[in-house]
Amino acid sequence: MFELNAQSLTFAVFSILTLGGGAGVVYSRNLIHSALYLIVSLFGVSGLFILLSAPFLAAVQVLVYIGAIAILIIFAVMLTQSMTQMRAILNRQAWLSALVMGLMFVLLVVAVIWPVFGTGGSRADIPVSDMVATTRDLGVALVDGNQYVLPFEVASLLLTAAMIGAIVIARDEDPK
Amino acid sequence: MMVPLWMYLVVAAALFCLGAYGVLARRNAVAILMGVELMLNAVNINLVAFWRYQAPLNMAGQAFVAFIFVIAAAEAAVGLAIIISVYRSRRSVIVEDIDLLKW
Repeated sequence: MFELNAQSLTFAVFSILTLGGGAGVVYSRNLIHSALYLIVSLFGVSGLFILLSAPFLAAVQVLVYIGAIAILIIFAVMLTQSMTQMRAILNRQAWLSALVMGLMFVLLVVAVIWPVFGTGGSRADIPVSDMVATTRDLGVALVDGNQYVLPFEVASLLLTAAMIGAIVIARDEDPK
Repeated sequence: MMVPLWMYLVVAAALFCLGAYGVLARRNAVAILMGVELMLNAVNINLVAFWRYQAPLNMAGQAFVAFIFVIAAAEAAVGLAIIISVYRSRRSVIVEDIDLLKW
């Protein structure tokens, strides 16, 4: 079922980066540390994309998430620094949230992932084929009239709207 | 020999639950946005893993991930703009202090 080879070792390393970074994001007192842990986690996800033979998505993950979103978040943290670090970082219902999310994780693994996709499950555990679509296929699919050209255009419209909206919302109301 | 699919699913489920816990339990609005980013990334792992293991010649999985990238960028930009705007008027990014709409 499980053998130790280069790929499983790489998977373990990137999984630990992803989940360790995620835990750091949730539990860091200092928000800058949270943002740096977020970068670690996003990098781990990008490594998992490489393992899943999606190199273009891995590159976009690094460029968009680490290069743009994480930096944006660091900017926001710096622009909103206040006395917040002396107070508790978690609200009063944090233990309840932890309980619910822990239960949800156990439920997901026990009730969905293991019975359906585990070694004795009903679905194939190994890839159905070693033929994998390439980045070129993705590019064609995104502009093909029969596939995703309409969502692609709507996405670009959404990005423009979000950019204009962000500028309008964050602008100072009465510039001196 | 590739790692079995359920391992990716377990990692994605764990990352999603971590992100959801961050959203539910953190008090700082920027930290909540980071939790949302973690949840979006967990979904992306799931989509790419299912694409690779179940339908590697159908581009739907990768295309959806590309659209989620776009949504995540838009969400981060607008969300952080709102946070900065709120901070300017209320001097706080603690979500419990922003209770103007609460009766």
